[in-house]
Amino acid sequence: MTQQAEPRDRSRGLSRRQLLSRSTAAGAAFVIGPGFIAAKDAAWAAETSVLKPATFATLVQMARDIYPHDHVGDEFYVIAVKGYDTEGAAPGIEAGIASLDAAAQGKGFASYLDTGWERDRVDILRGIEDSLFFQQIRGGLVTGLYNQKAVWPYFGYEGESYSQGGYIDRGFDDINWL
Amino acid sequence: MAAPFDLSDDSVVVIIGTGAGGGVLANELAQKGVSVVALEAGGRYLPEDYVNDEWESFGQLAWVDPRTTSGDWRVAKDFSGLPAWIVKAVGGTTTHWAGASLRFQEHEWKAATTYGPVQGASLLDWPIDGAEMAPWYEKAETKLGVTRTGDRAGLPGNNNYKVFEAGAKALGYTEVHTGRMAINSADYDGRVACQQTGFCFQGCKWGAKWSAAYTDIPRGEATGNLEVREKAHAARILHDDTGKVTGVEYFDGDGNLQMQAARVVCVAGNSFESPRLLLNSASSMFPDGLANSSGQVGRNYMRHMTGSVYATFEKPVRMWRGTTMAGIISDEAKHDPSRGFVGGYEMETLALGIPFMAAFLDPGGWGREFTTALDSYENMAGMWLVGEDMPQETNRVTLNHEVKDQWGLPVVNVHFDDHPNDVAMRNHAYRQGAAVYDAVGATRTFPTPPYPSTHNLGTNRMSENPRDGVVNRWGRTHDVANLYVSDGSQFTTGAAENPTLTIVALAIRQADHIASEMSAGNL
Repeated sequence: MTQQAEPRDRSRGLSRRQLLSRSTAAGAAFVIGPGFIAAKDAAWAAETSVLKPATFATLVQMARDIYPHDHVGDEFYVIAVKGYDTEGAAPGIEAGIASLDAAAQGKGFASYLDTGWERDRVDILRGIEDSLFFQQIRGGLVTGLYNQKAVWPYFGYEGESYSQGGYIDRGFDDINWL
Repeated sequence: MAAPFDLSDDSVVVIIGTGAGGGVLANELAQKGVSVVALEAGGRYLPEDYVNDEWESFGQLAWVDPRTTSGDWRVAKDFSGLPAWIVKAVGGTTTHWAGASLRFQEHEWKAATTYGPVQGASLLDWPIDGAEMAPWYEKAETKLGVTRTGDRAGLPGNNNYKVFEAGAKALGYTEVHTGRMAINSADYDGRVACQQTGFCFQGCKWGAKWSAAYTDIPRGEATGNLEVREKAHAARILHDDTGKVTGVEYFDGDGNLQMQAARVVCVAGNSFESPRLLLNSASSMFPDGLANSSGQVGRNYMRHMTGSVYATFEKPVRMWRGTTMAGIISDEAKHDPSRGFVGGYEMETLALGIPFMAAFLDPGGWGREFTTALDSYENMAGMWLVGEDMPQETNRVTLNHEVKDQWGLPVVNVHFDDHPNDVAMRNHAYRQGAAVYDAVGATRTFPTPPYPSTHNLGTNRMSENPRDGVVNRWGRTHDVANLYVSDGSQFTTGAAENPTLTIVALAIRQADHIASEMSAGNL
């Protein structure tokens, strides 16, 4: 009974202007112009300032493949990795994504994004999961993705309740199926 | 003389740390008219300051000064820089604790005798027993307002508990209830009843859960006999040429080194910081560290056998609603070696929010095996497993001279290898925990590895013979007559129970002893 929450603009490096749509439909990212990438259905779009757009699009797909939640839209993954679009972080990310694409090429794909099925990408990721790059991205996602308050409702999690007086009168013991 | 006290006032008892041990000891001594200076490394946070957001609260309260780890325990792999999940604040980890308040079982005071020789374990009987501790436990239960003790009612069960209870009963367990908790089931001692808000680990914003931060500490201060110095990080305990301690050097909130003179020093900084301070206080007279003629300071580190079992169901549970630790199964707490291990374990409900569940359910895990578990978060129930682990001499806290903290002091390295008894007990507990949930229709169960340690014990253990440990039956160091240990580091063995009630009971008892010794002119 997951509530379909309206993703709020939490503005973690993205402005409302950059979050073009609130749709939660997922779709592969593609580059629509220099420094600008978008989902095929325009569910989200983001400008990059340092990372190459193709790199960022691959990074977003990698994030989803590491922690895939089909009812969670790409915008949350974008927010989760947008912090790498900085002068300090970008060189490492560019190198990491280049190695990811190289790994994909080693398995016969033109690039990581050139794959069709998730299982192909997961197979590529399994091959690099002990690398510092993979662990950096995975570790960052644990908080970058799951600590977004706006994503909690997709898991049914209600967050703090003190402001509403707790659950003493709001269902702390309302289970009815046992 | 009334607080605040002069740095040169050598009539004061200096207590290092203000948690379940130090905070209670400080108040108990102050109530008896003893002058106390308590040095607390953290700041002061009260219910209005607590944040019901897991990571934000962690940033506010957790002790995150550098530490290092080694050994085969999974914490060293998953959380190599964070071996313990404890609090740096006035009141210590009593802000964070879940509130479970259990007495040791009778036989657990005599683990060596009861269990017999266990290869690789340095088991030892406590020099005290349940009969001696009974009146102190009663005082502790009254202080904390423990439910299901005295005439205090139990808490109501939340959704997570109801699943747990139904599974336990279906499995044939009989010792299942909503626990003996230091959380008010009715207004008590000026604090309100539990409002089933969750976030017990983040500090109770209602003050329904006992914490020294807003009970013992302010009451001690109100006597005029207690001064708590916040953001005061103890660096070294000083002694004279007779071998008696004379004061404590500490860094104040501005980073300046100060020295507080002392008549008595009580160390209560937890099982990492207490041995660290003794070891960092090495001198030409005590080259291996204070109170360490036995070589036992830092050894026999225990962290309880722990683990968790989470389970998903077809329908919602919403385990996060209400008391975080909402109930207990004690059927497995007995000593029954036919199960393939000595000692026992408790099963206690536990809930984490999505942010912590993502971090702790399967550290390092990824992909759909992991994410489909979180997709069913709303339908998830959870329990924590906590049992007696084996003391081992080689499980120890040592100084790591390669890594310094912000004061330039060597940090601790925490080395821990699971004993085969710990592994056997954990595997049994995982099976039984899963069975509880399977009995009520779990669709998946998750044997979740240990979190960073919350129950940090041993490292200055109590022993009858000075050769076997660091402190005697009163927590007084064998080597230095006016130096005491007042926290969980004095535990001889860990027992299966959550340790706070025992730490509090020992602190109340130690206050009585210190006051008597002072009156008798022995201190």
